[in-house]
Amino acid sequence: MLKNLTIGQHYPVESPIHSLDPRVKIIITIFFIVSLFLVDNFTTYLVVIVFLAAVIKMSKVPFKFVIRGLRPILMIILITFIINILMTPGKILLKVGFIKITEEGLRQAGFMAIRLTLLIMGTSLLTLTTSPIILTDGIESLLSPFKRFGLPAHELAMMMTIALRFIPTLLDETEKIMKAQKSRGADFESGNLVSRAKNLVPLLVPLFVSAFRRADELAMAMEARCYRGGENRTRMRQLKISKGDYVASVIFTIYFAAVIIIKIW
Amino acid sequence: MSIKAENIKYIYGEGTAFVTVALDDVNVEIHKGDFLGIIGHTGSGKSTFIQLLNGLEKPTQGKITVDGIVVGEDKKLLSKIRQTVGLVFQYPEYQLFEETVAKDVAFGPANLKLSEDEINERVRDSLEMMGFNYEKIKDVSPFDLSGGQKRRVAIAGVMAMKPSYLVLDEPTAGLDPAGRNELFAQINRLHEKSGVTIILVSHSMEDIARLVNRVIVMYKGKVHMEGTPKEIYSHPDELEKIGLGVPQIAEVVYELRKRGFNIRPDIITVKEAKEEILREVRKRRA
Amino acid sequence: MAENIIKIENVKFKYDEKDTLYAVDGVNLNIRQGEFTAVVGRNGSGKSTLAKLINSILLPESGKIYVKGMDTADDSKLWDIRQAAGMVFQNPDNQLVATIVEEDIAFGPENQGVDPSEIRRRVDEALKAVGMYDFRDWPPHMLSGGQKQRIAIAGILALNSDCIILDEPTAMLDPSGRKEVMDTLQKLKERGKTIILITHYMDEAVQADRVVVMDRGSVKLDGTPKEIFRNMDVIKKFGLDVPQITQLAQGLYRAGLDIPPDIIDVKELVDLLCR
Repeated sequence: MLKNLTIGQHYPVESPIHSLDPRVKIIITIFFIVSLFLVDNFTTYLVVIVFLAAVIKMSKVPFKFVIRGLRPILMIILITFIINILMTPGKILLKVGFIKITEEGLRQAGFMAIRLTLLIMGTSLLTLTTSPIILTDGIESLLSPFKRFGLPAHELAMMMTIALRFIPTLLDETEKIMKAQKSRGADFESGNLVSRAKNLVPLLVPLFVSAFRRADELAMAMEARCYRGGENRTRMRQLKISKGDYVASVIFTIYFAAVIIIKIW
Repeated sequence: MSIKAENIKYIYGEGTAFVTVALDDVNVEIHKGDFLGIIGHTGSGKSTFIQLLNGLEKPTQGKITVDGIVVGEDKKLLSKIRQTVGLVFQYPEYQLFEETVAKDVAFGPANLKLSEDEINERVRDSLEMMGFNYEKIKDVSPFDLSGGQKRRVAIAGVMAMKPSYLVLDEPTAGLDPAGRNELFAQINRLHEKSGVTIILVSHSMEDIARLVNRVIVMYKGKVHMEGTPKEIYSHPDELEKIGLGVPQIAEVVYELRKRGFNIRPDIITVKEAKEEILREVRKRRA
Repeated sequence: MAENIIKIENVKFKYDEKDTLYAVDGVNLNIRQGEFTAVVGRNGSGKSTLAKLINSILLPESGKIYVKGMDTADDSKLWDIRQAAGMVFQNPDNQLVATIVEEDIAFGPENQGVDPSEIRRRVDEALKAVGMYDFRDWPPHMLSGGQKQRIAIAGILALNSDCIILDEPTAMLDPSGRKEVMDTLQKLKERGKTIILITHYMDEAVQADRVVVMDRGSVKLDGTPKEIFRNMDVIKKFGLDVPQITQLAQGLYRAGLDIPPDIIDVKELVDLLCR
């Protein structure tokens, strides 16, 4: 059943990482990515890996969930790996026909693969330890200083919330319409690309009609509940920086400094 | 000729945290010409069950046989089965997509690769069967119709497949009383005039009592009770226990009998109840 | 006599200038504080339009509507009116905004700019009032239809509305969901809320204090459920049904038994017959 699909792969347990303020987590994640690009030797990676492993351990998220985030981009990692191996000039280790494998290539490829893997693991840890709604709150709060430059921070966050709310509903509806049309002999599985695209019309038209109807009704329901945009709006849940957030920031700063110091040396 | 469901088990979400047994050891036979009612509340397995009948879902265990063909055994016969067993989902009006009513109703028969003449004839027939004036309605956009009309067009779209069995899931949901009565009258006519076997899933105990000749009560994925409406509704306490009601009339009869009224237990219409109560009251007074 | 919380004075409305028929055609209706009114009528009789007029989603073409003395055509009062007369719609999926139950209930007071600690208090109180406190951190799509509608009702309670207008809230629910909603409404009535319930189900209408029958945009009948449903033939003329129990009582009454023709409750009839 599509309904039971968990959106954003949030892993709901209580941990020191989960309870951090989303803004702190977002900023730390950004700087973590920056730190990955500062790394230029394998020893420094050791520092990064130890740091990340410690955070994963503290988050109480099973390791396999963190790894799971890699699955969709496995191909990308593999392709980068191969391209790097083949395209980097240097001392030739192996030569088969026009394919040359160099020592530098191997090194570069390994380097990139590790960097991508750590990058994905770091960011999935953010979504695994933060529920979508809190993440949205964090993004809204971080973007709100840019409001004065015309950035619609509240509207963006509201759109994200509504999208998250309606994804399961629309998935469910897609399944239902698909089944209804199959009952009338529709075929969504066979045929070439063109005819397959054409066969989607009986699915897409009702889906769009319904999405527009829902949008209409939702807009009316929101207005009836006194929604009038972001101005003068308060929030029930207030984001608050607590002691844990300071501790996390200090620890991360130490890590970040360590990476830089090793690099300069 | 019949639909036979044997030892059906259906499990979904296997291997996830949400594993649910939707159907468990279900054995049902639906005969040609039946008007079968299926009742049970949300989550009782009735929606899953009807989707097995035309091969939209495959049972985890057991088999479904439609007029001698085992569903799902030969993929090539699946379209034949979907034609034989017509399925009208809840709120079927949400599946309309064509520019005109006639084109939309033609979608099913066109998928059957019938000749154009045959398709046109079926479109006309099924629209008329659902109470429309064909010439007036055929070029109208389905999106310009009222809710009740859209629903009848959608049902006509399934009828145009000329199914021998027609499964309707809550066909009157959201309609007003007049619309409800009208649609049920049309379904009843389909059963009587065209000889289509009807399988009606409904929450309305009154309508089930009035229309069908056999009832299946589903509860927690199993067939909990089976019988004529009279047999089923003479056990209101049993139905209440599983969260279902009975028609008000059956409730009155049950209460009166509990208080010593000597009337038949298997009364489900207002007329019968009136006659029985009058007879008993007069006897008591005499 | 309780005060009139809603006053509708000769209101006319049509959706399109070109329409010859009015969707609401000269309605006069007063709703008293604390009253539970059911509005019934066939599709297109104007009952949903009337609800939207009260909530100031639509404005009357002529005539006036006052909610707690505020004119719905007065722009400056718009948000006060929507706060005073909250609305629950038919489709439970299309009126929940947030991905978590309690966040959704907080949506209304957040829009009003209520203080965070007060929002928290209102949300908890509303959740308890509809018996959904244990589900406060669930995502709405995992709830049943009846539960979703109770969340929608809680969302209005959190607005502190005195009056709740429900536009066919049970149309898409199964019998147990319908019962959940009706039980919730009875509880709100006991707390003094004014309730206007638009419905197609006559067994729900009989649970109200007052039934208003609409047809072709105007009020045709107005009275207690007993007064309304005794007119079996008139009711049918307006495309509506009479509960089976009332039909039976009338049959027995006509056959000469000494029971009143306006029975709307099974227990009442059984008690009378067993005297």
